[in-house]
Amino acid sequence: MSTLRALARAQAVAAGRAQPVATVRHLHLSDRPLVLVPLALAGEANAPLAVLVGAAPDEARLLVVPQPRNRDQRFAFAAELAGIVLPYLDSFRGVTEAVAVDRGRDVRHRYVDAPQLLVPNPAGITFLRLFGRSTRFRRPDGDHPVYPSVPLLGRWLTFFAERAEQPGSAALLAMTDALTLHWATGQSAVEDLHLPAVLGWLDPPPGSTGAEAALRAEDPALVPPAGPATDPDFDNHRLAPAIEAYAGAEDDPAAYDELAGLLRGQLAPTWELMWRGVGLMRALPPGARVAGRWAGDRDAFTGYAEHVDADGGPQPRRDGAVAAALRLQRLERALTAWAVQRAYDDPLVMAEHRLAGEAFVGEVTLADPKRVDDSGRRPVLRPRIQVVTVEPVPMPVGATLYSPARPGQKATVVFVTPGGDGKTEVVLELSGGMGRGLTAPAGSVPEVGERICLTSLSDGYLPGGVFPTPEETPWTHGGPPEHHDG
Amino acid sequence: MEDRLGEIRGGGPPRRHNARTIAALTGNPGCTRRAVLDSAGADKPALAERLGFPARFGQSRFAITRGNAFEAQVKADGGVELLRLVAERLGVPVPAGATWTDLGGDDDRTARSRAALTAGGDGPALFDHPLLGLDVAGRRVHLEPDLVAARLAGRFHVVEIKSFPVIDGQADPAKVAAAAIQSAVYVLALRELLAAAGRDPELVSHEVVLICPHDFANRPVASLLDVRRQLLVLRRQLARMARVDDLLETLPAGFTADPAADPATLAAALHEVPARYAPDCLAACELAFFCRHEARGQTGALGRPVREALGGVPAVADVLALAEGVRTPEPEQAEAAALLRAAARLRADALAGNPA
Ligand code: SF4
Repeated sequence: MSTLRALARAQAVAAGRAQPVATVRHLHLSDRPLVLVPLALAGEANAPLAVLVGAAPDEARLLVVPQPRNRDQRFAFAAELAGIVLPYLDSFRGVTEAVAVDRGRDVRHRYVDAPQLLVPNPAGITFLRLFGRSTRFRRPDGDHPVYPSVPLLGRWLTFFAERAEQPGSAALLAMTDALTLHWATGQSAVEDLHLPAVLGWLDPPPGSTGAEAALRAEDPALVPPAGPATDPDFDNHRLAPAIEAYAGAEDDPAAYDELAGLLRGQLAPTWELMWRGVGLMRALPPGARVAGRWAGDRDAFTGYAEHVDADGGPQPRRDGAVAAALRLQRLERALTAWAVQRAYDDPLVMAEHRLAGEAFVGEVTLADPKRVDDSGRRPVLRPRIQVVTVEPVPMPVGATLYSPARPGQKATVVFVTPGGDGKTEVVLELSGGMGRGLTAPAGSVPEVGERICLTSLSDGYLPGGVFPTPEETPWTHGGPPEHHDG
Repeated sequence: MEDRLGEIRGGGPPRRHNARTIAALTGNPGCTRRAVLDSAGADKPALAERLGFPARFGQSRFAITRGNAFEAQVKADGGVELLRLVAERLGVPVPAGATWTDLGGDDDRTARSRAALTAGGDGPALFDHPLLGLDVAGRRVHLEPDLVAARLAGRFHVVEIKSFPVIDGQADPAKVAAAAIQSAVYVLALRELLAAAGRDPELVSHEVVLICPHDFANRPVASLLDVRRQLLVLRRQLARMARVDDLLETLPAGFTADPAADPATLAAALHEVPARYAPDCLAACELAFFCRHEARGQTGALGRPVREALGGVPAVADVLALAEGVRTPEPEQAEAAALLRAAARLRADALAGNPA
């Protein structure tokens, strides 16, 4: 928790309303996200009870498992859900674009848009992950055959759940996470897991404070929980009798309607909240680097669609040692890149880094844009600028800094001179981002009077490590990945 | 002393304990309010209700049914499957058979449990529902027996059967943590039982066997949990509660936690006893909504990381006053105040639309 974000929470308490911690939206938001609000039966291993699903506020479809312990009904539910999710995914597989690879020597194609799944909270992501796990190894033949769409759904849900672990990916989002990335509530992180309470802080009903709205949202008798866990009182007093009545009535449509109506009543309020959350997010302008990260999600979607087309197998239960190490490294790099990109995109996020001594803002007081360094084999353009700041400058001489306004340019610290008046003078030597000649194009060197942010955070490419291929991995480290059959 | 404790709870019987409630005693051990109420065996759910802050710790029928069914399945056939699971997990040869003693049911269970478990012998044996006890705040409490004690290769192992799934070798960490501390309660009680009979308490292993459904099926799978750390925490909290006299001394005269008392009186009495509310209380203590309400406006109610990031300043109002520079900081707050002022300035600057 950065002090800046903590301060925003304190301000939210005092104001009785959530406070912004971002000035731009850091996540891609689809025009047509698929919202899923799942419910699971208490006590079971991720047994689905119902889901409300659809890609528009007025397109909610309710799927119900009237006897959640019944295996056949569970897979029938999976097939029904596949009947909604798979066509939704396919609807993004129309238009592709060519992307240059290998320094323009080749091209590959990727879809110009990609699907986006939204669930209420992180537990909703876990639900999808486990539901994917319980369906992706199923087979349309053998002892317990299922519809062919069921394992396919399982693979796709697993794909989304894995994407959701990648920092900055927007393929599958928990609404609570997405909202609290942009606003600070006046409650704790634990309480922020409850979507109705978060929206209570963000958008309290007229006449009440965020705290009051959040409090009200905690009473399951007034506001049903956002799932997948149900309210125990609801289970004991309403759901259990309805399930029993249905079981006793042998497929009586009235008993089914009763049960379905009950579940819809638990899900519909969350459905409304999901779309209100979407609306709040849409009102924020996207950050400059959001599209680039979404392109990564589109790449991943394209890649997995090709894998499925090529009859590629389901994801293994567990990664082998090499795959696990690669994955960990990829996630770490994504995490770093995401933090840096958000800071570059958003002065309010950069402010957190300024407070932490990783960035400062100052005014350019001197500039020598024509300076050429001819001490080497051939002369190079190395302009210098002097920046005066009132913020601390803990960076040492020789450190390389960057400016979000000119991300392709490096600024090396040459002198740091603290003044008596709390100001610090910093002299920097610039390289890169100025063309190839010995004259800097207009605008490529900061001018006197310009307000500039300099940071040690780099948005550049971080090279990956080299790992042995699975075949070369010693058995002590997991060896080649195991085979999976079910 | 028992009189005073009885008076505090309003004369009612002390609340019954099980491994879960004892385990819960270790949550937030720094909270005096909780230590006092738990020592007195006060009825915290009733108190919370009376105070207008009812706790929500309901359990779903579905979960209970499922738990019972799984347990019955694992224990079926005189524990043959159970024995195999435990032996294989411990890496000892699976015995041809084991004695099965159900200590539940009729009277005198304490004595029967003691006799059966301390009788010696080291043949393979399974003891179901042994009734164990622990001293909590100077009082003997009996634990609702929800375990099997397995004696294999001469050592006792606590076996806990839980119905949450282990999927691809992983289970919900919160549930595993809860199971570990509950098992530690049984390990401790079993050790004390042996020690009291003059036998070596170390005969009870700190490795407990957790049996859960495997993946999405009902097939049971056994895992080992090392509960040494949990035993330490538990001993520390029980020792603190054993010094219940010290706790009582700090109480204002006439302190009551009688659920029948007038709510305003009750609230006033409780406010006198220092609490240490943290968001974790919401999952661990029946008084959480009451204490949270009391802690409104405190940075600690936002969670420890928030409080720390705010320089440890306790009140939200003080944080904001220091951040805005409208209050002169106390000498020990100087550092926090500087940080808060810088944060407020940067935040305002960025929100005013100044580009970074
Ligand atoms: S809820 Fe209150 S009494 Fe219970 S542990 Fe937390 S602060 Fe103490």
